[in-house]
Amino acid sequence: MNITVLLAVGLVALTAILILIFAIIKRKAVPSRRVIPAIDQLRQALDRSVEGGTRVHLSLGKGRLVSPQGAAGLAGLSTLNSLSSVIQSSDLPMVTSSGEPSLSILSQDILRLSNREHLGSEEISFRQSRLTGLTDFSYAAGTIPVISNNNVSTNVLLGDFGIEAGLIMESALRNNGTTVAASDDISGQAVMFASTGESLVGEELFAVSEYLNHTPVHAASLTVQDILRWGVIACIFIGAILKLGGVI
Amino acid sequence: MGCYRLHLYWSDPEIGRCNLKSIVSTSIAILSGLVVLVGYFVQIPILVELRSLFLDWAVILAAFMVFIGVLNISIVNISHFTSGKKDGFFGLMLIISMFVTLALGLILKPGHPIMNFIFNSIQLPVELSLMAVLSITFLIAAIHLLRRKPGWVSITFLVTALLILVGTAPSPFGEFPLLGGFLKPFIAQVLAASGARGIILGVGLAALTMGLRILFGADRPYGGK
Repeated sequence: MNITVLLAVGLVALTAILILIFAIIKRKAVPSRRVIPAIDQLRQALDRSVEGGTRVHLSLGKGRLVSPQGAAGLAGLSTLNSLSSVIQSSDLPMVTSSGEPSLSILSQDILRLSNREHLGSEEISFRQSRLTGLTDFSYAAGTIPVISNNNVSTNVLLGDFGIEAGLIMESALRNNGTTVAASDDISGQAVMFASTGESLVGEELFAVSEYLNHTPVHAASLTVQDILRWGVIACIFIGAILKLGGVI
Repeated sequence: MGCYRLHLYWSDPEIGRCNLKSIVSTSIAILSGLVVLVGYFVQIPILVELRSLFLDWAVILAAFMVFIGVLNISIVNISHFTSGKKDGFFGLMLIISMFVTLALGLILKPGHPIMNFIFNSIQLPVELSLMAVLSITFLIAAIHLLRRKPGWVSITFLVTALLILVGTAPSPFGEFPLLGGFLKPFIAQVLAASGARGIILGVGLAALTMGLRILFGADRPYGGK
């Protein structure tokens, strides 16, 4: 094993141990988190949707699960898990769209299980969870009618989105709905920042499910992320000083 | 209390079946995830072989999921057409063009001049026109940005975008010395690149904890709580 592999193994092991330790510590702790305006806006929009009998739409992006972008898709699915519990009392069931078949199938599974848990029936309509296209732009073009034809008032875009997110956001804005968006892609984030009132930046994409549905493991993973982030900052700072001093 | 709940779970055949399904799927996910992760770091022949076998299965499953996804697209669009919705006709067109392209691809094979013609004359122009629509969308979004988010962050965003655009666009008077030679590379290669790296590092750390949560079975995107 070379030094890079050893460091990687060490990082993964350290993260796993820290998550377990903090999950035990935070088991009964009251959640204390910094305020993220976009998530507050999302909560209010969900309440309005339930009260107004309108629909919530979650778009999961196009991140293939067997690729580095899969993590963003999984974060979207984790949020779907939380959202489906929060808005079960709504008159209209939520709809999901995706540009990747595996995400579409998993989202159907989550909606089905949520229905079973809350309504006692596993039945969902095939229109509730759609694969809208297999290329970037066909996915965006296919998602536009989902937003405009289904009495949707809240749009959540969480996953791997590139610049094509601009088309989806434009449709959501024209529909006068609330839109909360996050992507793991830098260009997608720039588009989302310019197109929405509140957007989530960087790793906030992975924090949405914890903010909507608190569990000790989720809370622990957020704390561990903060610790690791300070570790990375320290490493960069020390590395820069060593480089300036001519040591490395 | 715990024993009572457990008894309830297993005494109800429906709940018991679902719970067993959840346990099995969680166990498979954790086990295969661990094998792939350890096989990535430790070069033990049996682990490496298992890892590549699992990845092969994942690729085959992903290909099969594309087939199921195409079925989903077909069913949704056929139902739009048969229910007489206003965009039903477009749904029918989509189905016809999808199956004609599929049939031609199976008969003629990819790379045939007719297949190239379909992609170069239909698919490519349609996607390019969407790209053109997108540029107008961005322009409108930029105009509305200051109304939606008044503040220094939006002003910085717009000024930076403008400087990069002016620095990149060809000018009839030649290159602006300060803008093209210094300001644009400084913004793009120093400020933007370092900001982007910071964001990517944050996303990477979050993806790591997300993966570990799945390995622990705390997050189950394959269904179940």
